Amino acid sequence: MTTTITAATERAMARETGLQQQRVRAAFWFLAPMLLMLFFVAAWPLFRSIMFSFTDADANNIFSGGAEWVGFENYLTWRVRENGDIRWRGVLADPDWWNAVWNTVRFAIISVGLETVLGLLVALMLNAEFKGRGLVRAAILIPWAIPTIVSARMWGWMLNDQYGIINSMLLSVGLIDSPIAWTARPDTAMIAVLIVDIWKTTPFMALLMLAGLQMIPRDMYESAKIDGIHPVKVFFRVTLPLLKPALMVAVIFRLLDALRIFDLIWVLTPRSEGTVTMSVISFQNIREFGDYAEGSAQSSLLFLIILIFVGLYIWLGRVDLTGERS
Amino acid sequence: MTASSIFWNVMFYIGVALVVLIAVFPFYYAVLSSFETGTDLFRVNYLPQSWDFSNYETVLGRASFLRSVLNSVFVATVTVLAALLLAVTASYALARVRFRGRGLLLLTILAVSMFPQIAVLSGLYELINWLGLYNTPWALIISYTIFTLPFTVWVLTTFMRDLPVEIEEAAIVDGASPWVIITKVFLPLLWPAMVTTGLLAFIGAWNEFLFALTFTIDETQRTVPVAIANFSGASVQEIPWGPIMAASVVVTVPLIILVLVFQRKIVAGLTAGGVKG
Repeated sequence: MTTTITAATERAMARETGLQQQRVRAAFWFLAPMLLMLFFVAAWPLFRSIMFSFTDADANNIFSGGAEWVGFENYLTWRVRENGDIRWRGVLADPDWWNAVWNTVRFAIISVGLETVLGLLVALMLNAEFKGRGLVRAAILIPWAIPTIVSARMWGWMLNDQYGIINSMLLSVGLIDSPIAWTARPDTAMIAVLIVDIWKTTPFMALLMLAGLQMIPRDMYESAKIDGIHPVKVFFRVTLPLLKPALMVAVIFRLLDALRIFDLIWVLTPRSEGTVTMSVISFQNIREFGDYAEGSAQSSLLFLIILIFVGLYIWLGRVDLTGERS
Repeated sequence: MTASSIFWNVMFYIGVALVVLIAVFPFYYAVLSSFETGTDLFRVNYLPQSWDFSNYETVLGRASFLRSVLNSVFVATVTVLAALLLAVTASYALARVRFRGRGLLLLTILAVSMFPQIAVLSGLYELINWLGLYNTPWALIISYTIFTLPFTVWVLTTFMRDLPVEIEEAAIVDGASPWVIITKVFLPLLWPAMVTTGLLAFIGAWNEFLFALTFTIDETQRTVPVAIANFSGASVQEIPWGPIMAASVVVTVPLIILVLVFQRKIVAGLTAGGVKG
């Protein structure tokens, strides 16, 4: 009796594993086209870009294959002069590069910080029940729907020094005495970029956090209300801790996006030293000066920075990005 | 109601009104400016002063602008169709089949969509030149796959993971092959998710700027964002703000309508993908 049961179970198990094997084999073939495509458009170009950063590739030799290996020369190299002074060259000794790094970091931290706070406020607002909530949600989707280049142009017009409505508003309430050339002045260009980015991206943050807020059971708030706990305390003790996972994911996506910013800066504040970022300086070298070697070195450094940053974030925050565990 | 609760209610609605105003005003002002010419355009006003269509006539009269709209439609459509085709089977494998290294693979795919596009620029430039596609729409279609494909795979995987196991089990018991399961069982259920992802990928491709700026050189090959960024007047100093605003309105209104119509679906797709479109 027992033997037959075991045999039956074994047969069932064998069928099961056979099925599982068949499924895994099918899965491989289902994944193959996508993986092949990603290899050609992402992995291979990334590898080649990093290779270029170790050569003297420029517009003349890049397609003929005549670029020669120069090691770390594009990154950092030194020469001892006759008088004994050491002269440093390469991206890592270039003040323009460090200016771009500083601009990128400054932009990423300030924009994501403000977008998180403002997005949370808007999300809390949309989580309350009031008349016309659907309409408000539709309205805040508009900045998100507008292409970045169009936003840059629209705001460029509004921030225009002579005819811009922003200067006119500020002048009429007496906040400034004379019109400001927002996008042209090195000290205000970053403010202009931040205004446009925050305007465009806060809705996205708000919607992500709203989804997180709606996961919090309503009865939690009700019991807190019955216990007479102050709303501010409820926010810090209940809402914020429960929102943390959604918040962490939203912040990392935004930070990664902010670190690679290019289009808004290129169109809103072209060639401004106050806003040039790592992506912009690298693009200028590659596309405008044909200096593939230096441009690739800069883009590879940006890639490395982002890689380290993501690694640290996942490791320190124990963020479950894939959603596999839930 | 007590006095203080009335006060906070009023404050709440003022806050709501302020948020709506800030969100909508810049586009409203662009529409306003697009209907103004001459001195009207250069005088700040908050309400419509005139309904002058000459900026629209200027923009739509330019053959190069119409061409760039067509280029954008073509590039975005082909990109989305290709991404969906490759993503459906891949996301089935990632969502429904257990295999070793699945989590790592998902993470890698996510990483591809988030890494800086500039990091592949020179390598991709070489690849596109080698394929002989420089300055053609196909250069853009290939390069846009970098961000549309991972995004589509990612969102479809999350959607598919949430579908109940039972529907698939019934098909397995009936002896259906994985291919039949995808096409006959999952595809009909997946349509709503595919519309959402397709729409978001379309918006992403429509708005892309860096690759479009790098891989096209002629006015006839440009996409809309590059055309709008390079809009210039008779002289360098004279920026044609009127026509720029008209062009901006022309390319943005269809997007805004799409987004408002598919509002709920888009919000669901965004929260599943967590990726900015």
